[in-house]
Amino acid sequence: MSEAAVAVAGLRRDYGERTALDGVGFELARGETLLVLGPNGAGKTTLLRILATLLRPSGGEVRVLGCRIPGEAWKLRGRIGLLGHEPLLYRDLSGRENLRFHARLHGLRGEPAEARIAELLAAVGMERRAEGRVAELSAGMRQRLAICRCVLHEPELLLLDEPDSNLDAGGRELARGLIGPGESHARVVVSHDPERFEPEADQVLRLEAGGKPVAA
Amino acid sequence: MTPSRAAFTAILAKDLRAELRTLQSLPAMALFATTTFVIFRFGLDRTSLSGSLASGVLWATLLFAALLGVNRLFVAEREEGGFDAIRLAPIDRSALFAAKATALFTYLVVLELVVVPIFALFFLDSAAALAPLAAVLLLADLGIAATGTLISSMAVHSRARDLLGPLVLLPLVVPLMIAATGASEPLLAVGGPGYHRFGTWLAVLSLYDLIFLLVGWAVFDFLLED
Repeated sequence: MSEAAVAVAGLRRDYGERTALDGVGFELARGETLLVLGPNGAGKTTLLRILATLLRPSGGEVRVLGCRIPGEAWKLRGRIGLLGHEPLLYRDLSGRENLRFHARLHGLRGEPAEARIAELLAAVGMERRAEGRVAELSAGMRQRLAICRCVLHEPELLLLDEPDSNLDAGGRELARGLIGPGESHARVVVSHDPERFEPEADQVLRLEAGGKPVAA
Repeated sequence: MTPSRAAFTAILAKDLRAELRTLQSLPAMALFATTTFVIFRFGLDRTSLSGSLASGVLWATLLFAALLGVNRLFVAEREEGGFDAIRLAPIDRSALFAAKATALFTYLVVLELVVVPIFALFFLDSAAALAPLAAVLLLADLGIAATGTLISSMAVHSRARDLLGPLVLLPLVVPLMIAATGASEPLLAVGGPGYHRFGTWLAVLSLYDLIFLLVGWAVFDFLLED
């Protein structure tokens, strides 16, 4: 049996006195999708940030793509794609300049980088708006660029926090082609819209306020 | 891992492009320094300065102008998520320190290219001191860039960053300012530049630069951690 893409057991995260996650556990195989549901303050974003190695867990065991977090977090750099509340795009650069910048950080440059950027911009229908400054784009267009940025380096694990936010129906359909289910990547999707994502989820994790998993 | 040089170039090019496009730091720094020289010019009611007074006016003005650049150095990373993007990328995070310090150093050099001639015009009888002064300026800029980058990366996470940055940075650059003013004083003396203990002060400046560049390089990875 192949190694799980994500294996979490007894995960806890505290912010000072407040507990954001308490006893979370799940196992996700490569190619699978985990949908995380819960009310505001249930620790969904905290969970994604821990899996992305941006936050340290306070307790429990977390393995992502075979690497222990936080001990081996450095081995995961460049293997995870995070689509969070912030698009991680510089407002004063154009969409294409932003993607070029991220491509270079991930070791892509020259013709292969340009080809990949053109392919992604076409996939989200942004070829003609790619030269405009991000600050001048609508929230939906920024989200489309953020999706390009998230998958630019072909990550093995996608961490998606409300991936459809600000997207219209057409945008959602285009985005699905890039961040939808696929054999090449596992996905952890946080959403307030179970009807939209439950059909494509292999597992569902429900969290309650305070970050405790809801018993099935 | 992406080679550090590629990451360094990407971050530096991004910063310089954004500054050229928005002009958020340099014009403010230059305007501040020029206005301060005008205030000194009329406040001191002197058409000519020399020695320690000239050195003090020059360095106090440049240091406070530099603070404007230091405060803004990581604002885009903080507000637009650049820290997360860099932490997710397969790069040596010290490349961020090197790129930011180089960007700040570049701003300081450009600032001085604009305002030091204005200082000379307002206060100096001859321009003979400017050539040797360039060496002092470059070494002090390197020190301010290293220390400023280190402090700015920490202060930017605080809501009181505009206060916290200078409060931490100013005491740290006191040795640098002592050396810079010490080296500049004989250069700006009446009757043309002198070189009393000039080499010693340059050595002190170089040592300060080396220490803070090494400290920044060594600890920057940890500063970006949760």
